[in-house]
Amino acid sequence: MPLIRLDTGARSGAFVEDRFFFVPDGKAYPEEKGAIVTLARFQGEKDNLLAHRALIGVRLAAGDNPAVLKNDLPRLAAVVLEFPKFRDGRPFSWARMLRTRYDYRGEIRASGDFLPDQLFFMVRTGFDSFEVRQDFSLVDFDRALNEVSLAYQPSADGRKTIRELRAAR
Amino acid sequence: MAAPQQMLTANRLKDGAVLYWRGGDWVESLTAGEVFDEPAAADAALAAAQDFVGRNLVVTPYLFEVREDICGIHPLKEREIIRAAGPSVRADLGKQAPRRSPAGNPKSDDRKEDRDYVI
Amino acid sequence: MRTARAMYRYDEFDARFVAQRVEQFRGQVARRLSGELSEDQFKPLRLMNGLYLQLHAYMLRVAVPYGTLSARQLRKLAHIARRYDKGYGHFTTRQNIQFNWPRLVDVPDILAELATVEMHAIQTSGNCIRNVTADHFAGAAAGEIEDPRPLAEIVRQWSSLHPEFSFLPRKFKIAVSGAPNDRAALKFHDLAIEIVRDGDGRSGYRVFVGGGMGRTPYIGYVVGEFVEKPDILAFLEAVMRVYNEQGRRDNLYKARIKILANALGQDEMRRQVMLEFEEIKKTGTLALPPEELARIQAYFAPPEFEALSDEMPRAEGDFADWLKTNIAEHRAAGYAIATISLKPIGGVPGDASAEQMEALADLMDELGLAEIRVSHEQNLVLPHVRKKDLPRLHARLAALGLATPNAGLVTDIIACPGLDYCDLANARSIPIAQTISERFADLDRQHHIGELKIKISGCINACGHHHAGHIGILGVDKKGVEFYQLQLGGSGAEDASIGEILGPGFGRNEIADAVERVIGAYLELRRDGERFLDTYRRVGIVPFKNVAYGEELHAAY
Ligand code: SF4
Repeated sequence: MPLIRLDTGARSGAFVEDRFFFVPDGKAYPEEKGAIVTLARFQGEKDNLLAHRALIGVRLAAGDNPAVLKNDLPRLAAVVLEFPKFRDGRPFSWARMLRTRYDYRGEIRASGDFLPDQLFFMVRTGFDSFEVRQDFSLVDFDRALNEVSLAYQPSADGRKTIRELRAAR
Repeated sequence: MAAPQQMLTANRLKDGAVLYWRGGDWVESLTAGEVFDEPAAADAALAAAQDFVGRNLVVTPYLFEVREDICGIHPLKEREIIRAAGPSVRADLGKQAPRRSPAGNPKSDDRKEDRDYVI
Repeated sequence: MRTARAMYRYDEFDARFVAQRVEQFRGQVARRLSGELSEDQFKPLRLMNGLYLQLHAYMLRVAVPYGTLSARQLRKLAHIARRYDKGYGHFTTRQNIQFNWPRLVDVPDILAELATVEMHAIQTSGNCIRNVTADHFAGAAAGEIEDPRPLAEIVRQWSSLHPEFSFLPRKFKIAVSGAPNDRAALKFHDLAIEIVRDGDGRSGYRVFVGGGMGRTPYIGYVVGEFVEKPDILAFLEAVMRVYNEQGRRDNLYKARIKILANALGQDEMRRQVMLEFEEIKKTGTLALPPEELARIQAYFAPPEFEALSDEMPRAEGDFADWLKTNIAEHRAAGYAIATISLKPIGGVPGDASAEQMEALADLMDELGLAEIRVSHEQNLVLPHVRKKDLPRLHARLAALGLATPNAGLVTDIIACPGLDYCDLANARSIPIAQTISERFADLDRQHHIGELKIKISGCINACGHHHAGHIGILGVDKKGVEFYQLQLGGSGAEDASIGEILGPGFGRNEIADAVERVIGAYLELRRDGERFLDTYRRVGIVPFKNVAYGEELHAAY
């Protein structure tokens, strides 16, 4: 699946090569790339994984609270948050908690069913990479990020809120 | 017992107007619409309507039950009776509204009407 | 006289925010029309801008934040009704106005016009935090602790395009009030904030959670007994996060926070919210500095009240009737709160024509009134009228057909649009309201009956608040035919209660008779000074049940 990586400063995105390979439960790890595994597998093989592989990511289902990864986060290169359907807004909370409460600096990747028009919210809550369909255009991506530039509430993107902008006037 | 008669309806995308199917196209009034006696014909029309959905002309096509007799076409459900006419509490609005003559009072409805197209 | 600000005014940031949102929607509509977006993709986007597809056409729901409008805004609504719709608008139980016939292609222009008067349709639909409603007597009522609208405005801003809480399990409705008399149906909201005083006389916020109507009605409970003012946004985020993470997403009918609040129970809900609240507070990012609250409060400063005689003008005839019901006590001497009934006998509850809206705007200018309110009871309210102006106000309202003297009486009926407009409806609501209203048209009879709130919904979604009606009516569908269930004993006020279902439904031509028989039984049973609700609470449902289905009132009662 094509992967878009956010350029935070420019508020735009670029297609990048995936550093990872998703390893379904029960399958062998690839030789080269980093590995993304399910939460269950990570929890089962954690010591072995952390000892032998440099790049590890964990894929969470929408119902998995990333708090369970709290102590492992410094070793994780990516956390993948799954949108089972675009209406399921739990990953917005998970991403924001990863960034602001657990201070996670690695990649937060969106996967599954989400709409281009949700990208603004995703970026604001801390996502910085996106698994998209083959026909997804970067024009849509950049537009979704820039149509609305102002925000009333603090989130995880460090953007100045309208209240802060008012104060700085 | 024979299957109930059916008609096909949808809303026009650009303005939401209620439309009825007739012979591969759409009309604005129930009385001008096509009544299907056979379920198979109704289903075929519904399938054909998907083409209009795909072309972004109509949305949410669906079939509903009617009874046609010498007096006309009668939807079986209150919902479709009201949809075909307009709000039962405002006889001046919707499809039941009298067409305005040029000298008609423009106050209640003086926005531009695109009466000359169906789709 | 200092010109009253009376309401929030956009600064350049608010204006730009709304303008960006309008242009975003313009682009979305263009992409929909060109086919770049499918209906499935477009639907959530249009819903987040308040645009539905209803029975006959599109419907645009415009927010009237906390129910406050200026004359200029009212004029703009009239203009939109005339130019883009069919000459009228419908005021809803959530302090919104709905236009029933806009064309999709016109909606971006409508939103752009609204933006010129600092209005929008953002978050009037969708599974997000909806338009925040407030006591319609806010800032005017005698006995109020504080005007709740500054808080509502702060909540409005915080919740607008909230990145974390725009795809909640289900919609989320917030109401605020600053008075001991609950005119905002606080306990029927997903979340409600009441301004209260603690033992030392300081004001703060009591937060309720988990109220709601719909299929499973619940009365909300207190989740925060006394939240300090600077902490309110942190507290709200705590509640929202608990809900977003744990609210049910497997079943549409179990997705509201009321179900979670009830499943967790009060203690566990409080524990989780407090845990989250403490975490958020640590970061300090959501603290509301007193200066910010004061800055917003300044916008809502009431007019500088003149020193006027508190005497009511001499009244007789229609004017006297109107004063009896449509005037409420104001906090300032010489002033009154006037309710403009949108319930003419036999009319459509909540509808106002473009002409009426314009004439009201003119009247506001003439009487120096900076604001008008939309009430959740589908009426309008002029909050600061000089008592000496009341005769003139009444005369002008009468000429507009807006002086129906029935506020709070049996003909002041709440009714949702029902099957006449609504795509989700099972039955019509409006014609039932009209029949009952005509049945009780006689004003002496209405006064004899006293305060009685009839509320009608066309389906279980309960937009007409039937659960909270002293008499509630719910439309149901029996094989395509309309039927109506009767509920008694609900209340949306500070003594909130959920109505009890009487029994099998009534046909469309039977329901008004049943209501009349129930009211007849009340008149026989009531003791001095009892409202319908009081009598009902004293005697219970049984005597009404017998009578509603045609029996004589049993001698035992
Ligand atoms: S209660 Fe039902 S019928 Fe009435 S407006 Fe709401 S959804 Fe429509």
